[in-house]
Amino acid sequence: MHIDVLEKRWIQISIALMAAFAVLIGVAAFAWGVQVPTLERRVDPARLKDDPIWSNPGVREVVPGKHYEVYMIAKVWQFEPREIQVPVGARVTFYVTSADVQHAFKIVGTSVSMQVLPGYVGKVSYTFQEPGEYSFICTEYCGIGHAAMYGVIKVTESK
Amino acid sequence: MAETFRLPPSEKKLIVWHLVIGVVAISIGGSLGLFQILNHGGIDWYGWLSKIGIKNYYQGLTLHGVLNAIVWTTYFIMAFLTFNVVYGLKQPLKSAKVNWLGFWVMTLGVVLAAIPIWLNQATVLYTFYPPMLAPWFFYLGLALLVVGSWIEGWGLAWTYFAWRKANPGQRSPFIAFASVLTFLLWQLATIGVAAEVLILLLPWSLGLTPGLDVELARTLFWWFGHPLVYFWLLPAYISWYGYLPRQAGGKLFSDTLARLAFWLFLLLSVPVGFHHQYLDPGVPPTWRYIHALLTLSVVVPSMMTLFTVVASLEYAGRKRGGKGLLGWIRALPWGDPSVAAQLLAGLIFVFGGIGGVINASYNVNMILHNTTWVSGHFHLTVGTAVTLTFIGIFYWWAPYLTGKPLPVKLARVQVWLYAIGMAIFSQAMHALGLLGAPRRTPLGNAPYIPPEWQGLLLRELIGGILLVTGGTLFIVIAAYFAFAKPKERVTVEPPVAEALQDPQLTPAWLDTWRPWVVGAVFLVLLAYTPVLLDLVQNMVLVTAPRIPLW
Ligand code: HEM
Ligand SMILES: [Cu+2]
Repeated sequence: MHIDVLEKRWIQISIALMAAFAVLIGVAAFAWGVQVPTLERRVDPARLKDDPIWSNPGVREVVPGKHYEVYMIAKVWQFEPREIQVPVGARVTFYVTSADVQHAFKIVGTSVSMQVLPGYVGKVSYTFQEPGEYSFICTEYCGIGHAAMYGVIKVTESK
Repeated sequence: MAETFRLPPSEKKLIVWHLVIGVVAISIGGSLGLFQILNHGGIDWYGWLSKIGIKNYYQGLTLHGVLNAIVWTTYFIMAFLTFNVVYGLKQPLKSAKVNWLGFWVMTLGVVLAAIPIWLNQATVLYTFYPPMLAPWFFYLGLALLVVGSWIEGWGLAWTYFAWRKANPGQRSPFIAFASVLTFLLWQLATIGVAAEVLILLLPWSLGLTPGLDVELARTLFWWFGHPLVYFWLLPAYISWYGYLPRQAGGKLFSDTLARLAFWLFLLLSVPVGFHHQYLDPGVPPTWRYIHALLTLSVVVPSMMTLFTVVASLEYAGRKRGGKGLLGWIRALPWGDPSVAAQLLAGLIFVFGGIGGVINASYNVNMILHNTTWVSGHFHLTVGTAVTLTFIGIFYWWAPYLTGKPLPVKLARVQVWLYAIGMAIFSQAMHALGLLGAPRRTPLGNAPYIPPEWQGLLLRELIGGILLVTGGTLFIVIAAYFAFAKPKERVTVEPPVAEALQDPQLTPAWLDTWRPWVVGAVFLVLLAYTPVLLDLVQNMVLVTAPRIPLW
């Protein structure tokens, strides 16, 4: 088989490049913990109101000033709750699920983003380093009111 | 290749009808793009559009996605593959009737799916994610569209394998080989969406099943959804490898590596669907990472393609007297709109490719997922690399099929306007996405838009207007070929490229089907079985909400 020398080099370089990307991403994900959202558990979206956790979504303080959990329901066409408050520098774990169709949850200006599917509770953590107002928006088409589906996170100075 | 082969009338008619439907589809689909950019720029014309049936942004966007990304591409591609097999083998189809049957099944499917979209009953976007529910005949239409394309592809494979049997030991001509391979990829890819539609969506829309699992549906969809983009791209590559070198005045640099690249695309483009599901909770992260690795390995055949295409063009440019490191680029026949379209498409695709590697990078994806970055990306790829290449092909093909000369000056303007408009439009979309602007959203009506995004939305609008103007000129040129009666007649010889080296020297293992096909099927099973089993065992059945959603 005839392969041009330059072309052989080129292929070797592209394999090396690809391997470098793969390793970098793997290290970032599995060693440094820059991870994609994971599955918390499955739930029946029709029964969310019977569930002690989901009948009362919102912020739970786990360790004051250090760790918070946010339970969030996406439904047509709003998030519940629509406004939350957490202190700066605390680890915030978001648990998000849908009560009806597919939605998505993205906090603008951060890396937090996930698909929100009925039947599945997704989990992702984030630490806000700057105080201020962050909007979270629905980034998956969910019907006619999709563009108006958003909420606000108030990140306050720690006491 | 002195002997001229004339396309038999039935094959010619079949090709022409595919092109007619494809061009009508992109004319309507592309026009709807105008209303999207206007909305983003703060000008809402949907009130006016509702008079002709498009009641809202999302209904228009559903049509835009379906007509551009599914109907235009599939019809153009099936026409091009048919031509490549027939003209490449210098042989009529085994049975033109089979291919006509496929065409009619496909077209019936398009009509069945288009009616509910037009009536605003299937405003589910071209991904039709459940549990949004469309009428059952929308799903039936999709199924027929896919099955019709299979029938056509089987007709092509039949013709091709009969040729091989009659010509043992001969390398099959590259354009015919690559076209059948493209269909094979489509066959493997569409199994996923066929399963989604026939097992999950259609029975559910008929009320036969209590509900379905949305993650399972998404997984089957993206089994299809990613290789779909290779079904779009490979025909463009066939043109870059198999025609463009000749159009530029040169030869294909390496027939061997062209075939190897195509086999690698077949192997690597299906078992990678989870890279569209990096942020889906229901797919285990390890599997998402495995698909990320497989996705990144597509870099290798892509870089091979870049090398071979550039080397072929450089060979052509130097033969035309181009000197120095880059002088050969200027020496290429830029004045030929067909060549200019493909060169610009290829150039823009470099940026599409870089963006693709970024999208594929697992956790990096979190920043841009579901943002306008992604729309910016696929307008560079399917919207330009593919569509502008198809337009370029059209510019020699339509004169060949109709005998009418190409309006060269108009076509030149068309190509440049489209490319420049797209570059501006897409750059703005990418930048907006990095700021966090969501895709699939009428940004002009969203309450959360910060003032910093306005400048970019305006840039998107300006680029988009140039782009729409370029697109409109293409429709004008297509209409000229359909309706005008110019006095002048032309005869065009299809510019099929020869390879620098006799293809007979290409090793036989690169022109052998079984091991590659077995390998591709094996990889798909390996990449999907564990996750599919897990999803099926843990299904959460979900039903459609009772309130109207749009
Ligand atoms: C005439 C020029 C075009 C303009 C102005 C245009 C504009 C747009 C805009 C603004 C969006 C984003 C909508 C949103 O996410 O809210 C979009 C989406 C899209 N466009 Fe285009 N486009 C054009 C041509 C094309 C072409 C030629 C193709 C493919 C062949 C294409 C395929 C798509 C697809 C697949 C989507 C995504 C639909 C979805 O998210 O469901 N577009 N277009
Ligand atoms: Cu939503």
